[in-house]
Parts: sequence; C-alpha cells; structure tokens
Amino acid sequence: MAVEATELDAAGIGELYARFTARKRLFIPIGLLVLVLFAMVATSLGAASLGLGEVFRAIVAKALPFTGVQSNELADVIVWDLRLPRVLMAIVAGMGFAASGATMQGVTRNPLVSPYTIGISSAAGFGAALAIVLGVGVVGTDKYIVIANAFVFALLAAFLVYGMARIRGTTPETLILAGIAMMYLFSAATSLLQYIGTQEQVAGVVYWLFGSLTAATWDKLLVVSIFFAVCFPIMMKYSWDLNALAAGDDTAASLGVNTKRVRVISVTLATLVTVSIICFTGIIGFVCLVAPHITRMVIGPDHRFLLPCSCIVGGLLLLCADTLGRMVIQPAEIPVGIVTSFIGVPMFAYLLMTRRRQYW
Amino acid sequence: MKLIAKDVHLSYGDIRALQGVSMDVREGEVVSLVGPNGSGKTTFLKCINRLLQPERGTVLVANRDVRDMGLREMARLLGYVPQSANHAFPATVFDTVLLGRRPHVNWGVGAKDKEVVSRLLVLMGLSDMALRQFNELSGGERQKVLIARALAQEPEVLLLDEPTSNLDLRHQFEVLNLIHTAVKERGVSAVMAIHDLNLASRFSDRIIFLKNGSVHAEGRPGEVLTSGNIGEVYGVEAIVNTDSDRPYIIPVGPV
Repeated sequence: MAVEATELDAAGIGELYARFTARKRLFIPIGLLVLVLFAMVATSLGAASLGLGEVFRAIVAKALPFTGVQSNELADVIVWDLRLPRVLMAIVAGMGFAASGATMQGVTRNPLVSPYTIGISSAAGFGAALAIVLGVGVVGTDKYIVIANAFVFALLAAFLVYGMARIRGTTPETLILAGIAMMYLFSAATSLLQYIGTQEQVAGVVYWLFGSLTAATWDKLLVVSIFFAVCFPIMMKYSWDLNALAAGDDTAASLGVNTKRVRVISVTLATLVTVSIICFTGIIGFVCLVAPHITRMVIGPDHRFLLPCSCIVGGLLLLCADTLGRMVIQPAEIPVGIVTSFIGVPMFAYLLMTRRRQYW
Repeated sequence: MKLIAKDVHLSYGDIRALQGVSMDVREGEVVSLVGPNGSGKTTFLKCINRLLQPERGTVLVANRDVRDMGLREMARLLGYVPQSANHAFPATVFDTVLLGRRPHVNWGVGAKDKEVVSRLLVLMGLSDMALRQFNELSGGERQKVLIARALAQEPEVLLLDEPTSNLDLRHQFEVLNLIHTAVKERGVSAVMAIHDLNLASRFSDRIIFLKNGSVHAEGRPGEVLTSGNIGEVYGVEAIVNTDSDRPYIIPVGPV
C-alpha cells in the first residue's frame, strides 16, 4: 500500500513539473508568431507607407514564386531592397545579443554582466576609431577597414581578458575584473583618438559608438546569421551546464561538469556572436543585458529555456527600438543604440517593480 | 570495498592540510570524519572527488582510481553534498534535484530522469515543495534537497560536508535518518564530515578522528569515542557515557 501511495505522489509531481515546463515551451511558438507579425508591421512602416497586404504579397511573391502571388514593382523594391534587410538584421542582431548576454550572465553567475563587460565593445570602438581617425587598419581594404578593425580589436581584447583571467583560474571574478580593466584602457585610447581627430572624424567615431542599423545589407545579414547559426546550437548544448554553474563551481564539477571548458567555450561563442554583429552596426547597448532579464522574469532562470526565449525577446526589443527610431522624427532617424535604452529601461523598471520576487 | 583512500597528502602553500590520510569504506557503511576546525575533514572529502588534487596518495572508488576517470564517470560514482549552497539564479527544487541527473543524461532530460527526481522528492518528504524556489527554503529543507540531488546521481558513495551544521535539533535527526535510510536501503556508502560527536556516535558505523591532517584514531563509535581521544584531539575534557555501543558525550570544559 505504501509503495502505491508513493507512486501516485511521484506521478503527481511529474505532472506538476510537466505543466510548469509546458508554459515555458509555449513561450517559443507564441513569441515567434509575435516576432513575425511585428516584422511585417515594421516592414510596412516608413517614408513610403505600405499596407500589410502589400508587404505580405511582396514577400511571398519573391520568396515563394511557385505560389503565383503577384506584387507591384515599387513595393518589391521597398520591401526587398530597403526595409527587409534592416528588419531582419534587427531581429538577428537582437537574437545574437540576447543569447550572448544570457550565456555571459550564466558563466559569470552575475546578472549584471553582458558581453560588453569583458571589454569587447570598447575595443571594437577603438578599432573603428583607429580606422576612422588615422586610417590605420590591420587587415582589409579601404571599404571594410572599419569593420575589420572593430572585429580584430574586439577579439584581441577578449583574448587578453581571457589570458589574464586564466592565470588566476578563470573564475567569474577574474573575468569581470580583467574585462573592466580592458574596457577602461580602450575607452581611454578611443578618447585620445577623438581628441586628436578632426571634427568630421570625431562625428564619425561618435556615430559608430552609438550603433545603428542604417547600413544593413543582405551581405552583412548573411555574415551575422552564419555566426549566429553556428554558435547558438553549441550554446544550447551547454545550457544545462550553465544551470549547474549557477549552483557553484564545486557543485557543478561534482555533477560532472568541466567548469573551465564550459566557461572558455561559452565566453568564446558569446564573444564571436557579439563581435560579428557590432563590427557592422556599431555598439548597440542594453539588449544583451536586459533581454535575458526580461525573459527570466517571465519564464524563470532555467537556461535550457532562457536561451531560446531570450533570443525572441532580444529580436523583438531591437526590432521595436529600430522601428521607433526610424519613425519618431521622420525623415531623420535616432540611432537604435539610443532608442534601445529609452524603451528598454522603462520596460525593465516596470517588470522590476511589479514582480513578486525580488531577484530581478 | 566501495572506497579506498591511501596515504593522501595535500598542502595549501606552506600549510600541510593532509599528511597521509587513509580510509576504507565498505558497502552500506556510514563513516564519519570528526575533528576540530582545520583538521582536514573538508579538504579530505574534496580530495576524494578531486575537487582538490592531492599531491600524493591514491583514491579508489569501486576499485578504480579516480585519476583515471572522466568527470562524468566520477559523478556517477560519487555524490557530493556541499556544506552550503546558494544559487546565483534561483531554481526550483525540482530543477535543483534534476541537476543530479546530469552525469546520466546525454541528449536532454528524459522521462526516466523526471521519474527518479519525483520519487526522490517523495522519499525526502519534499513533495509539497517541488516548484518552490530553492533559495527560499529553510536550512533543513535545503539540506534535504541537496541530498536528494546527490542521490539522483545514483552514486556508489555519498560525500557529505557537515550535513547538519546550521540545522535545528529536529532537522538534524531528519537529515541523518534520511542519509541512514538511503545508505541501508540503496546499498550506497556515506562519508560525512560532522562536528557533533553525539550525532556521529548515533548514526555512524565507524568514526575517524582527524587531527592536524592525520588520522588520530579510527573504529566503531564505542571504541574511539573515549575521553582520552576527545582530550587529545579537541583539548576538551569530556565525560563519556559508555552504557551502550553508542556512547554519548558530555563536554565539561577546555583542558
């Protein structure tokens, strides 16, 4: 009798947990649906206003020609040449930022960390400024010198931070402290370049540091997407290990997690994804920090769900911010990096104050 | 023999924390490590599952040297219950115990893993708290969750680092009873560092006295819990009541 009673209880717990995770699973299809909808709306908005129907027809006509759907040429050009690359760039970049942020917060056990904490943003900024002000590039031709410089210097910074942290055992603390040191170093170097640059060059540097999606093209989108598509599955592979790390390194190790390896791989992936984005867009802040937070407030901190769900939130956040930046002072634009903070902060504050638990 | 540690040495810089500690643990046996603060109890436990790397000496679990094992394989043999735990990101009780399945899971958590966790929660009397936040539990409840997590690993040996520190009287007994039951019913063995000599006496098959990183005395509670040993190891005068096989100790004062 006692055994039967136990089984019933155990089954009850299993069911409870299944319901608990079902809610999180549901977040993904619903989130994706909302994302597609928002993408359509964002594509329809702009100087030349298009209807949702026109946007839909233009997309289907070219993406699925066998359906026989017809579209007019103007809508075709606006959607495919002007808006879609930018809208998709916002989504993919937002996803990449969010996944990198969630991963970095997981490996450092610190909810205040983002990929920028290890100094890669200021290093990328320095690389870009070096190209803009002095025309000095490490690799690449004139056209790509800013992108290449940003990429190379960001990786260099990550490499140095990791090298320094490794000497002291690659703990969260050493990673963060080494990163902050790196951040100050490159910020100072960028300030120096701005100090000696001409007014025009300084404007270029400042514009780059804001971050913007104006220059999005299909080619750039392809590069960013490839980085994300390669790195994200590997991040997911380690997502459960991030849960173990949250319980402490000793516990994680006693559960069979190679903590050093998880950290190295995760930091590397987060860096690659983030750098692949910011070298094209400039420094877009806040999404990588706040998207995982918002997601945690909704579905909890289990990284198996947090990573994919954060991506959706990040994509939505950046898309909304960019669209807003395009729309509010037409025909001029507010750089998306500024808008993300403006809409992200109130949203974050609202969730922070209305949540029952005090963690986030 | 489930676990054999032979001549384990470890130093922290100049401080020689372990100076040739040896121990044998048989199947279904609870062995307590006792001794003053800094005598090497925790250090010795961490040498067993290689959270620390001893300079000399060998550790065999199920007749295999732990140095030849991968982390995952070791996690299937050794369940570790740390002294305290605070999760950086609050997890539910179920998810916390589920982590114990990590060494057995290759491609995502399966139905069997969830069933193991559900049964353990029932066994530990935690069925009502499956979806509560671990960080919101009381000390005693947390300790049970951590033991459940270690049991979810389905290990051969449980390593427990002061499982009763910070617990009230009732929870001390509950937790030790659960460990005792798990050991006797599942055929696992347990090694625990523990401060309370009376609890060690009540719940251990054997007791090892550590002093300055060496074994001072070893044997059944009735053999080693003597006022002589207590005086030499702790520098405390104690009255030992030896009416039964499980003596109890009344400390009188520093020698």
